[in-house]
Amino acid sequence: MQTIELKNRPKIVGGYSIVGPKEGRGPFGKYFDYVMKSDSFGEKTYELAERKMFEIAATGAIQNAGLMVSDVNLMLAGDLLNQIISSSYAARAFNMPYLGMFGACSTMAESLAVGAVLINGRHLKNVVCASGSHFSTAERQFRFPLELGCQRVPTSQWTVTAAGASVLSLEGSGPEIVSVTFGKVIDLGIKDVNNMGAAMAPAAADTMAVHFEETKHKPEDYDLILTGDLGKLGSEILIDLLEAKGYKMGKNYSDCGHSFFTREQDTMCGGSGCGANAAVLNSYVLKKMRKGEVKRVLFVPTGALMSTTATQQGESIPGVSHAIVLESGGK
Amino acid sequence: MKNEKLNQAYNAYVEARIPKTKPWPSLFNAFWVGGLVCLLGQGINELLLYLFPSMAEQSAWSWTLVILIFIASFLTAIGVYDKIGKFAGGGTIVPITGFSNSISSPAIEFKHEGIIYGTCVKMFSVAGPVIVSGVVASIVVGLIYFIVGLI
Repeated sequence: MQTIELKNRPKIVGGYSIVGPKEGRGPFGKYFDYVMKSDSFGEKTYELAERKMFEIAATGAIQNAGLMVSDVNLMLAGDLLNQIISSSYAARAFNMPYLGMFGACSTMAESLAVGAVLINGRHLKNVVCASGSHFSTAERQFRFPLELGCQRVPTSQWTVTAAGASVLSLEGSGPEIVSVTFGKVIDLGIKDVNNMGAAMAPAAADTMAVHFEETKHKPEDYDLILTGDLGKLGSEILIDLLEAKGYKMGKNYSDCGHSFFTREQDTMCGGSGCGANAAVLNSYVLKKMRKGEVKRVLFVPTGALMSTTATQQGESIPGVSHAIVLESGGK
Repeated sequence: MKNEKLNQAYNAYVEARIPKTKPWPSLFNAFWVGGLVCLLGQGINELLLYLFPSMAEQSAWSWTLVILIFIASFLTAIGVYDKIGKFAGGGTIVPITGFSNSISSPAIEFKHEGIIYGTCVKMFSVAGPVIVSGVVASIVVGLIYFIVGLI
């Protein structure tokens, strides 16, 4: 079994999202809690800006949960930079135990899943989970300098500048996490770093198929099925892969990355990065669930677990994906 | 667990689904913007010879290159060159302006890591391979020239 049912139903009692200016102009713009005026966010480096976003997201989520920082027992967080410096350095500012998480762009789901299991077992009272990414820090680590005059390929995606945080607890109100499915690392041999969607789609398909089988649910049982950053091409591939496994995806399926920007924002296959799904979950999804417009959500972000070294040495890109089921109604 | 057959089938399937770039519009933009850069170079050269009649043609060409490199670096620094490059592609990569951009952009990008470990080390991270191939190619050509001269 890869799925764990959470009988005590941990709740997301508070969420917070912060995004960059370009992201604020996208379709989800009005749902975000905070839109930065500039990518540098008044800091000397983009790395410092990303760190500040983490601090603001975590603090905001704790405040929205009606708690004090001292009420929170553990922080679970991760990002895309080497040695996850954004989350670890941000955690320095909080006087609480910290576990660094890495699942590339699936980190939000990984953190929520681990946090939910800890809360469900009543080991801890309140846990904060956070994840984020920054376009400018990711570009310089994975690709080219920002000012280099080159063209993007049609399968490429745009790393979003965004961070999101959630506070989990058994007390309080908010959407409940009813089950989590931890995913396997799947690699079907895609080597093109400009085609992450194709590299990660098989991992999402595997985790989702396992989830449907173990929980005896079907895709149509959910009001919303949300993947992380498969992008346009990746989500089309996922639909094909799931159909081959006998699951037909309907209109309730959407991908955070694919819908993160408008067509005019010219991001090829859409957005990517930890921040895309973390920010959408903690803004759009939470708000829709609180209003009761969406009742059952399957949140399945994916992560590409490669590094520039592995890619340059000719390795293919492994993907991972974890699923979380959210249900509204917890009082 | 690696399943070569499955991987090959998946790669072929993905390959078929990838949206293709339309070559003609990109080629057209690269052609006319690249041509414009060359025209600009010729113009600067003519202007130099006109303003400084005593200047040797060889040094006028050197000054032309210096001026083009400066313009490209300047446009890189004010954040304009990447936008031109996105539109023109090869049209602004191939001329010497592209070379200038490939050195100045990492130099700016990595200045926060310090002058030595940032700017100096990373300055040639994009242009380095081009310089190495240029030097190697000139050695090969030099050797051929030398051998042909012996015969």
